[in-house]
Amino acid sequence: MTIPNLVGAGLIVIGAGIGLGNIGGSAMEGIARQPEATNKIQTAMIIIAALLEGLAFGALFLGK
Amino acid sequence: MKIAEIETTHMILGKSGRNKLLGLISLFVFCSALASSAAPKSDGGSEGHGAVTSESEINEYILHHIKDAHDFHLFSYNDAEGHRKHIGFPLPVIVYSSKGLRTFMSSEFHHDDSGHHVVESDGVSLVKYHEKIYELNEGAHAVEFDEAHHPTNAHAVLDLSITKSIFGFLLVSILMLIAFGRLAKQYKKQAVPTGFGRVLEPLILYVRDEIARPNIGEKHYRRFTGFLMTVFFFIWTSNLLGLTPLGFNITGQLAVTFTLALFTYLITQFSGTKDYWKHIFWMPGVPVPMKIILAPIELLGTLTKPFSLMIRLFANISAGHIVVMSLISIAIIMKSTLGAAGATLLSLALSFFLTLIELLVAFLQAYIFTMLSALFIGMAVEEHDHH
Repeated sequence: MTIPNLVGAGLIVIGAGIGLGNIGGSAMEGIARQPEATNKIQTAMIIIAALLEGLAFGALFLGK
Repeated sequence: MKIAEIETTHMILGKSGRNKLLGLISLFVFCSALASSAAPKSDGGSEGHGAVTSESEINEYILHHIKDAHDFHLFSYNDAEGHRKHIGFPLPVIVYSSKGLRTFMSSEFHHDDSGHHVVESDGVSLVKYHEKIYELNEGAHAVEFDEAHHPTNAHAVLDLSITKSIFGFLLVSILMLIAFGRLAKQYKKQAVPTGFGRVLEPLILYVRDEIARPNIGEKHYRRFTGFLMTVFFFIWTSNLLGLTPLGFNITGQLAVTFTLALFTYLITQFSGTKDYWKHIFWMPGVPVPMKIILAPIELLGTLTKPFSLMIRLFANISAGHIVVMSLISIAIIMKSTLGAAGATLLSLALSFFLTLIELLVAFLQAYIFTMLSALFIGMAVEEHDHH
């Protein structure tokens, strides 16, 4: 691991963290407004989080 | 813990399964007995297998665990005379060398992974270096390396060995065949399954009703439920097996996740409707110059989907294993500052909670892989209404 690699990994994690925070936060808001739609919101949340995670892991893997 | 596990499995499997399980266990015991009589040859602490005390050794050990291995290694210890003993059993090595197929047990390498021990097999000299098997060139007696650790007088062979991961792969397959075969047999006689089938039935219904049906659609979901179910239970069982102290890392192998993603890719492409292909190559409703730009992007999009499936599963499981092992090794690293008891307690507490999270991740990754596969297949078989 060289220093540019580590900085890149840190940037990826910051980006993914912001993204995941947004997804989670919005899902929480949605659930608070419509508790009866919890299941649907959770499923959609997990799918989008998984897509984002795939992107972040892909970047980490390519930068290794 | 082992006895309790076996007992519950006994309860679960019932009578006919019990015989099969007993057969499996006796095979396991036989193999281990064979191994402990043949394998443990002392080597004062060779690379990757010596006592692990320093930080760099821990790093190396963790990387060694993440990689696939040619023998099944449970643990090592130093005996009274200070010799290093390895407990585990050898697995068959099957390589296709320049002189044809060669098979032997991995114990022939005597736990050597640094390329020093040469195995002669019917005129072919083979060495193992960093879990890769090389064939020595004609006339060479010892392997030599250049600066980049590539052998200069040896070449790689086609390696078809039953490695640790493939052994785990087969174990998972056998477990699944026993469990689901029994369940299928029960359904012929009665509507409500007994024993372990009661655990499996809601999971099967969950995959069918919550993953396959809403994502693929009422009309086509039946065709793909079998594939989705196999993928789900295979990934989940493999992930759970990776959490046992046996040291498997099946879904953390890129080759395994690649194959799983390849299946999803091929099934998606071959079940694509006319509309699906039209939306890729000639997107309706956009101007012609945009259509030309969009076609390669959309074509690339079909490849990035399985690629992200592959990377996600591999990276999640590998990362989980690395973090659990790092937390366990706190017991070794912090020993000097916290004392043996304090360091052990800290690492035990941390790794316990992380293992609980990993239990969730094991299910979640199986769920996400299946869910996204269903979503991609659903996109391919979807029938668009034409405006």
